[in-house]
Amino acid sequence: MLGLGVDRLQADINRLLASLFHQGVLDEQFLQLQQLQDETSPNFVYDVINIYFDESEKLLRNLRLLLMDREFSDYKKIGLHLNQLVGSSSSIGARRVRNVCVAFRSASELSNRPGCLRGLEVVEHEYHYLKNMMHELFQLEQQRILAAGVRYPM
Amino acid sequence: MGVETESKFHVLAVDDSLFDRKMIERLLQKSSCQVTTVDSGSKALEFLGLRVDDNDPNALSTSPQIHQEVEINLIITDYCMPGMTGYDLLKKVKESAAFRSIPVVIMSSENVPARISRCLEEGAEEFFLKPVKLADLTKLKPHMMKTKLKKESEKPVAIEEIVVSKPEIEKEEDSSVIEILPLHQELESEQLEPMLCSNKRKAMEEVISTDRSRPKYNDITTSV
Repeated sequence: MLGLGVDRLQADINRLLASLFHQGVLDEQFLQLQQLQDETSPNFVYDVINIYFDESEKLLRNLRLLLMDREFSDYKKIGLHLNQLVGSSSSIGARRVRNVCVAFRSASELSNRPGCLRGLEVVEHEYHYLKNMMHELFQLEQQRILAAGVRYPM
Repeated sequence: MGVETESKFHVLAVDDSLFDRKMIERLLQKSSCQVTTVDSGSKALEFLGLRVDDNDPNALSTSPQIHQEVEINLIITDYCMPGMTGYDLLKKVKESAAFRSIPVVIMSSENVPARISRCLEEGAEEFFLKPVKLADLTKLKPHMMKTKLKKESEKPVAIEEIVVSKPEIEKEEDSSVIEILPLHQELESEQLEPMLCSNKRKAMEEVISTDRSRPKYNDITTSV
């Protein structure tokens, strides 16, 4: 009875990843990220994605503060924040988040405030969807690691 | 543990973003490099041993405590950083007699051709678009090999003679070998291989024409 839990969890993980690729939430860059994880750096994907979450949330908060300010006019600053978001989202393979950030950035380049507000909402939505999916993925992986450690008595 | 640290290349990575530092560090480690990361250009210069005068950022002096035991084989830096940009850092390194031979690579998430040319003209070996991939880092090995071999070579004059007498070999080799030829030989080689790495060639033409005193003759590689 060894490892049945592991197999089921692995199947769940594979199914979730396949779905995320199919939806375009993730792209092949995510696979590149997984390749960087190995026995010398066994938690790399988890660690780097958590850094991505921390930094992204700071950037999103700043963007919201900037745009909520009635006196707002610093579109260049918005652009700089978005460059960072575009870059880091690309690096982890977060294709949809990256794309909506690019669209948001175009609105900021045109100094289009309503467009920016809409853009921010879309980015926040996609970002939170991604975050929930990643949490689910990490939970499944954690469970699989635990299941792999269980030995049933013969 | 660091069993092979003496033979590993040591890269100094510069980026203001923690996320990007984490990424480039792992990429470099995966490529068997030892990595030191810093979050700014001024910290990079400090690490190298260049003292940055706060009153006159253009003044550079080598601090008494040069990190001689830390041999850096390559600097890889983000372009867009607050304060000192990657381009500013590149310039400072190339203007320093002690460190100009260290290859510098620039990274950027934006594809701006004018920016790329400017960096290559200033002496950057490569310009990587983010996200940087493992495959990109394989391009770094030849540049890092130069600094290792430079330190190990004892007879620069003799090696120069060997290279001068075999121009056909340089044609097949990495374009960076062209740098070690005497000036007249460089111009000849460029006529022979006009298609060899146009960015590099452009960078070298610029250097030759502006008569900058880059010590190219000292960067000897035993590429025979």
